[in-house]
Amino acid sequence: MTYIIRRTIGALLMLIVVSMMTFAIFFLVPRWAGGSAENLAARYVGRSAGAEEIAAAAERLGFNDPIWLQYWDWIKGVFVGSTYDLGTGPEACPAPCFGYSFISRSPVWPELVDRMPVTFSLALGAAVLWLISGVAVGVLSALKRGSIFDRAAMSIALAGVSLPIFFTGLMSLVIFSYQLDITAPGGAYTPIEDNPLEWAYNLLLPWITLAFLFSASYARLTRAGMLETMSEDYVRTARAKGLPNSAVITRHGLRASLTPIVTIFGLDVGLLLGGAVLTETTFSLPGLGKFSIDAIARNDLPQIMGVVMLTAFFVVAANLIVDLLYAVVDPRVRLS
Amino acid sequence: MVIGPGTTVSDQAPAAPDPAEGPVPGKAIEGRSLGRIAWTRLKRDKGALGGAVVIILLVLMALFAPLIVKLTGSTPNEFHQDLLDETFVPKGTFGGMSLDHPMGLEPQNGRDLFAGIVYGARISLLVAFLATLLSVVLGTVLGVMAGYFGGWVDTVISRAMDVFLAFPVLVFALALAGVIPNEAFGLSGLSLRLVLLIFIIGFFNWGYIARIIRGQTLSLREREFVDAARGMGARGPYILWKELLPNLVAPILIYATLLIPTNIIFEASLSFLGVGVARQLEGEPGVTWGGMLSTAVDYYTLPHFMFWPGMAIFITVLAFNLFGDGLRDALDPKTR
Repeated sequence: MTYIIRRTIGALLMLIVVSMMTFAIFFLVPRWAGGSAENLAARYVGRSAGAEEIAAAAERLGFNDPIWLQYWDWIKGVFVGSTYDLGTGPEACPAPCFGYSFISRSPVWPELVDRMPVTFSLALGAAVLWLISGVAVGVLSALKRGSIFDRAAMSIALAGVSLPIFFTGLMSLVIFSYQLDITAPGGAYTPIEDNPLEWAYNLLLPWITLAFLFSASYARLTRAGMLETMSEDYVRTARAKGLPNSAVITRHGLRASLTPIVTIFGLDVGLLLGGAVLTETTFSLPGLGKFSIDAIARNDLPQIMGVVMLTAFFVVAANLIVDLLYAVVDPRVRLS
Repeated sequence: MVIGPGTTVSDQAPAAPDPAEGPVPGKAIEGRSLGRIAWTRLKRDKGALGGAVVIILLVLMALFAPLIVKLTGSTPNEFHQDLLDETFVPKGTFGGMSLDHPMGLEPQNGRDLFAGIVYGARISLLVAFLATLLSVVLGTVLGVMAGYFGGWVDTVISRAMDVFLAFPVLVFALALAGVIPNEAFGLSGLSLRLVLLIFIIGFFNWGYIARIIRGQTLSLREREFVDAARGMGARGPYILWKELLPNLVAPILIYATLLIPTNIIFEASLSFLGVGVARQLEGEPGVTWGGMLSTAVDYYTLPHFMFWPGMAIFITVLAFNLFGDGLRDALDPKTR
């Protein structure tokens, strides 16, 4: 119990540090690079605005305040909401306020919520695929080390980790969608509650492409981990005491070699939930990744901040869940 | 994937004298240095050797890019619109492949793809090498400090690693590259973009290396030879330089080699998303493989255009991965 509380507090502290760093980088780096409060404010009111108008906006939005005060205002907004005034009257931003975008003239949070289903469908679907296929191939390869299967699988896996996802994505779009016309051409997303079949049809190619990249690296990791554990003394002992081979593999080999995989899995899924930037761009899926790219293209700092914070939250949360699961599975973790 | 060269590596001095020239040739037991053992192993690994050859060729291609493109007679920025038909598609098969243009031409403006690929190697390799160097230096210094000093130093550095691993690096890098204006830090144009890319990629990738080096240092610190040195009165700096660092060379080398391909893909991804190096009209052309791919997206009916830059990335990354895997197997016999 104390372990759970300690880990949760640790996770919260980390989120605070991440938010501080994100804030500092996005608000300080432009200054170091020569931007002023006015430059920042100009982003909010548009380039055509006059000098006084920009100065007034900078004052109203608090860009002249010390950085810690600006940060405090931002954090306060996340918990109690906040209002922004750009001269056209106050704009409400209810709690969880992750900032207010003056370019799209709306609070950031609802826009993030809008995009979440797309990214979640993409990331979770692919995660199931790659975890199953990657681990299965890795285990088989390790058990049949040196066989034709092992060599073929490892060559494909090596190629898989060496291929950038936008290249495999583009090539598979060209082949399977444009030339063979058996998968969706990308750009479309149907909510699962509207039509589950169409939902799956539209996501099939992105799932496979994304899962291929990850299962390649998971297969390599699993194989290396399995080979290492299978040569441990306790595995030999288990064999020596007459345990059937299947029990040795599953109960001793797999269990030990899967723990590092689960850690990485948590991190990967957490990062992907915050937006699969490259995959979403390649397949033009309107998820969080596409959202961040668009926000960056428009230089919409509040939106970028929001999406970075959301991703950090997912990663920290995924890590926490993995840690807590460990504590359940492995009693040693709780004591250390 | 636990890579622990510690046991086999550390017991021998890395530069053990080679007594092969002893008085009784062939009869004396040969004491081979670690480097020599690794080299014999590496020589037997065909994949690693193939990777090394490709890497050398790529480096030569990057260095002598201006000479190589003279062979075919076109520079990357030269337009060959006379070779395009009225819809601005290259005449002839495979995107206008010919002796003068071995990889065909870019649609729309008819730039030579071969010249682009050759010049693209320059930015790809330069950014990847320097960013890796930065990560390795940061990761080694911080990892050794965390592992050696322990206590609060370790806590601070380890938390920092966690924070960096929780960051959505790609979004972050994208946003950073976006907020920095075209002239900053006394630099502008191509050189600013290059420095920026190197710093962003290098700065966000030190976490993995630091984590590995920290673990290695932790286990090395407790070993007998370090105790012995301490017992003889050696102090911190001596132990760090003469006892710990030589034993960390192997993991540093392995992870540096395996980080390069990751960074190549990272740079290509940033260029693909449009925030990498921009194409220049004069002087160094600033062509990148990722940038070529992102232009190719609009011409999906002409797959040759995305094929070449994609293959260039693939082959480069594959070569580094092959060589890195081979190096790991050679320096760390435990994985064999």
